Amino acid sequence: MDLSQYFTSSDIAGITPEIILTLTALVVLTLEMARVFRPGIILLVAASGLVLAGTALVQGGNDDKILFGGMLYLNTFSMFFDFLYLFVGLLTLIFSQGYLEKMGSETRGEYPALILFAVIGMMLMTRANDLVMVFLGLELLSLSLYVLVGFLRHNLLSNESGLKYLLLGAFATGFFLFGAALTFGATGTTNFSGIASAIAAGTVLSEIYLYLGIGFLLIGFAFKVALAPFHMWSPDVYQGAPTTVTGFLCTAPKAAGFGAMLKVFMIAFPEAFPEWQDIFWVLAVLTMTVGNISALVQSNVKRMLAFSSVSHAGYLVMGILVKDIAGVSAVLFYLIVYSAMNLGAFAIISLAEKDEQSLTFKQFRGLASQNPLLSGALAIFMVSLAGFPPTAGFIAKYGLFSAAIAKGYIWLVVIAVLNTVVSFYYYFRIIVNMYMRDEKVGLQPSTGLLTAGILALLIAIVFILGITPGYLLEITVDVATAVS
Amino acid sequence: MIVPLEHVILLSLALFSIGVFGVLFRRNAITIFMSIELMLNAVNLALVGFSRYYDSVDGQVFVFLVMTLAAAEVAVGLAIIIALYRNRQTVNIDEINLLKN
Repeated sequence: MDLSQYFTSSDIAGITPEIILTLTALVVLTLEMARVFRPGIILLVAASGLVLAGTALVQGGNDDKILFGGMLYLNTFSMFFDFLYLFVGLLTLIFSQGYLEKMGSETRGEYPALILFAVIGMMLMTRANDLVMVFLGLELLSLSLYVLVGFLRHNLLSNESGLKYLLLGAFATGFFLFGAALTFGATGTTNFSGIASAIAAGTVLSEIYLYLGIGFLLIGFAFKVALAPFHMWSPDVYQGAPTTVTGFLCTAPKAAGFGAMLKVFMIAFPEAFPEWQDIFWVLAVLTMTVGNISALVQSNVKRMLAFSSVSHAGYLVMGILVKDIAGVSAVLFYLIVYSAMNLGAFAIISLAEKDEQSLTFKQFRGLASQNPLLSGALAIFMVSLAGFPPTAGFIAKYGLFSAAIAKGYIWLVVIAVLNTVVSFYYYFRIIVNMYMRDEKVGLQPSTGLLTAGILALLIAIVFILGITPGYLLEITVDVATAVS
Repeated sequence: MIVPLEHVILLSLALFSIGVFGVLFRRNAITIFMSIELMLNAVNLALVGFSRYYDSVDGQVFVFLVMTLAAAEVAVGLAIIIALYRNRQTVNIDEINLLKN
């Protein structure tokens, strides 16, 4: 049997970024094993690996490529997501500097290595053109995240959230796989275009297998991106995980989940999709409402942000429901803005944290007089999360809502707007605590120059995209055209 | 095919459901983990059945990947469970309830 046709030099060239990241992760692990370098150097090596991978990505160009006999499909869509993952990974590494020591764990080289592996997994997820590849990417991502979430081995909360994430994540994997198996059974292939053409040609083995398959795949995805009613793991996991990991967990993997979901439903099931719209409608409404209502009653800030990210996932489902160019480009724009806001917010919380217990609203009292710059930054991220102009959060929400209105989902948008109004309460609660309650605070956040610079960059992104979103919007529309 | 496809899929669905019920109703983390493995094996059975039916090896290759994943998941999962057990001396998920509002 001749394998060379499936394994050409252009195939290898297409996955250069993944190869670079894998090698970097191995180097990082070796450095850790040798124990001759300081932890800072290991982080630096990992960060330069991410930058190198980004350079390789730019070098590779953005033409459409089908690699490894249809396993991977590279286009502007996958490239857009690749850059997002690399960016989030890089920022997470920078923010993590010194965090693990502060939390009482020894610094380990496994930490940056696992983040690199997670980035590779996410890249494979959105580059995939085959259910097998989506599955492999998803699992590489999930396995890295299980360990990262439970990384503080001597911290009971971190242990517990690691266990919960592991059990529910593996449970979700079971559903995803069963969905993939039934889809394979119905259509005889796992390739996205093959599935689509089998459905279009009507050569499906049995409708029941197909619909069960799509349903199970949807449940699997819903678990991974935390859509209600499959979101129960997220508050516990977000609260217990090391805060820098939480910041990573609620941005890039969520983007990867939505990216893969978009690809599966737009490329593999375009014919079957209209019959699923009601389900997406219900998922969107449930997710945003449950997320918002639960966030109202939280006293722990990380838990509140966890529920807030559930509600944001609900808004994002609206974009998948709309599914035209406007909807998809709104989702992409939202993912960028959402990642910037959440990374910033979690970075500040990780700076403010001082011991094993995570922070409550009360602990933020009077922070503004003690550290005006950090409080100001956190306030800006909260305002943007709430969706106020002139921040990017407003433009992002506006894009999603107007795409939904254009398709006639008036009631959905009404519910979404009401939800946004409800969300003001809990986002502003933290600002009120920082600025209007004067008390002696125990929090002593300190920032390094690099971290402060990155935070300034994130704030700049939030404002620039809020005032002149045109440039990014052009890109997202281009990218959305590539998949629609 | 000697065994009809429907029988294979029904068996696989039954095994999968047993796994799901195990995850939902068992309280021991290790047992829950075993139930998840049962779900994955049900998937493998379905894949092999479909693969036979279509007379293609695609599904069987998928099975190899699923088996690899299951092994990796056990390695990571048991490590996490042991780390927790060292700190808490329990693997009963009803007692693992520190995280709440």
